[in-house]
Amino acid sequence: MFGIAMLGWILGTVLLKGAAAINWEFFTELPAPPGLPGGGLANAILGTLYITFLAVLIGVPTGLAAGIWLAEFGKDSKLAESVRFGANLLMGTPSIIIGVFVFVLIVMTTGHFSGLAGSVALALIMLPVIARTTEDMLVLVPSSLREAALALGVPRWKATLGVVFRAARTGLLTGILLAVARVSGETAPLLFTALNSPYWPSSINEPTANLTVTIYNYAMSPYDDWQTLAWGASLLIAVSVLGTNILTRTILWYRSR
Amino acid sequence: MIKQTNSIFDPIFRWVTLSGSLFILVTVIGILLTLTHGALPSLEKFGFGFLSSSEWNPYTHEYGALSSVYGTLVSTFIAMLIAVPLALVIALFLVELAPPAVSRLVGGAIELLAAIPSIIYGMWGLFVFAPFLADHIQPKLAAIAPGFPLFEGPPMGIGLLTAGIILALMILPFITSVTRDVFMMVPSIVKESAFGMGSTTWEVTRKVTIPYGIQGVVGACFLGLGRAIGETMAVTFVIGNSHKISASLFAAGNSIASTLANEFTEAADDIYLAALIELGLVLFGLTLVLQIIARWWLHRTAKRLGAVR
Repeated sequence: MFGIAMLGWILGTVLLKGAAAINWEFFTELPAPPGLPGGGLANAILGTLYITFLAVLIGVPTGLAAGIWLAEFGKDSKLAESVRFGANLLMGTPSIIIGVFVFVLIVMTTGHFSGLAGSVALALIMLPVIARTTEDMLVLVPSSLREAALALGVPRWKATLGVVFRAARTGLLTGILLAVARVSGETAPLLFTALNSPYWPSSINEPTANLTVTIYNYAMSPYDDWQTLAWGASLLIAVSVLGTNILTRTILWYRSR
Repeated sequence: MIKQTNSIFDPIFRWVTLSGSLFILVTVIGILLTLTHGALPSLEKFGFGFLSSSEWNPYTHEYGALSSVYGTLVSTFIAMLIAVPLALVIALFLVELAPPAVSRLVGGAIELLAAIPSIIYGMWGLFVFAPFLADHIQPKLAAIAPGFPLFEGPPMGIGLLTAGIILALMILPFITSVTRDVFMMVPSIVKESAFGMGSTTWEVTRKVTIPYGIQGVVGACFLGLGRAIGETMAVTFVIGNSHKISASLFAAGNSIASTLANEFTEAADDIYLAALIELGLVLFGLTLVLQIIARWWLHRTAKRLGAVR
């Protein structure tokens, strides 16, 4: 009961305050200087989409590959055990530490903040989650399917990608969606990698506007209209993250019946 | 001819997937090495004094981690104090008492609570919860125990106490769901035999379910602790960000993560940056140790329960 009450209180506030900020300009215009009416977060929305997209491009194939290896080749070997342990550690690492790591690794060596660095940070957070769910899903696929494919003379890679993947596709898809939902709400790893910017995102080598850091900056600012925009952005993030969660859970629930 | 169907892609496939796995290991080790490397100037300059000094002054280039570590530990401690009993009660309710429909609904709500991004907890904490606390709760606490050092000072709404409560809300769903899973692992035959001997639900809960699951619960708490310690955004919003250590829970403080979030982009010179990276290293070390203890503990518990069955 307490859980539901808190969920209601938090979401209710976000909905009420956020709805006031959502209008056409919110999705189409650049932020206005404080005090001037209007202005939106179009650049941040676009930036978040594009940082997340790049992160998916880096994180998902790597995570899938790691998951395949753990399920199909590594199994119970010492190396596989250490990879699993490493993935668990990485999952438990605070996201701000990932941010510091990427800052030292990329921002300090290239000399500037960049959207790419933000994507790498998000990809690193996604990686262990995708690897472990992929492994779990692939292990569930009965060996007889694999053996049947191999007995037909299909090479191993084709058997895995064509047969085992197809059997596990709902699970894999929901795992990836959940991971994407999780990172799209992350702020800490972007604070000092992608930074933020009042302009349209133009290149992966520049500081890139994004919703979560914008929320942080605007909420901490003393200007009322900026705070309103921050609430609007929170609503947008909350709706998309929770929406993805509910969607994937519904899919899983239907499948399990 | 048969050999040929095992095309040359197979070894490549194997190597590609293996490198994906190795990448995970390399990242973990890489974080440790990179942070240590980045923190070297500060490590050399301050040595072990870094951990025991509460001085944090960018003008005189004196840095010490004590206030951040203190804030991290206090806010985490408050969070655990609130979240653990609450999580236990909710999990027991879900497993022992609730009808399946209610159990699924509440379980779902709790999992959604876990999915809310931390920055939204932070916004909500700063604009809604902190004023609520300042107006209604803090004056009462101060009135109940006048002169008690923990509750001294003006009720501003932001500070260590608020950070602790928000953290508690954030780790509550996590601990609850792990605890619930642990309690579900208690074999129903054990419970049924207790019921069969005429025990009440309360007796079964207290004498069978809890003792059976207690080890798993401890592991869940460790995992929750690991999360709370590294939580950044929610804490940064409400902790007040001050490098002073004060006994009162109403006072503003800071945590390792909030210091990093606030000051990283402002760090103008190398030693400042190195000190911040060293803070990160301390935090990473802390979570690493907690994680290892938690995993080891859960592993042992799972083995024990398996053996009993």
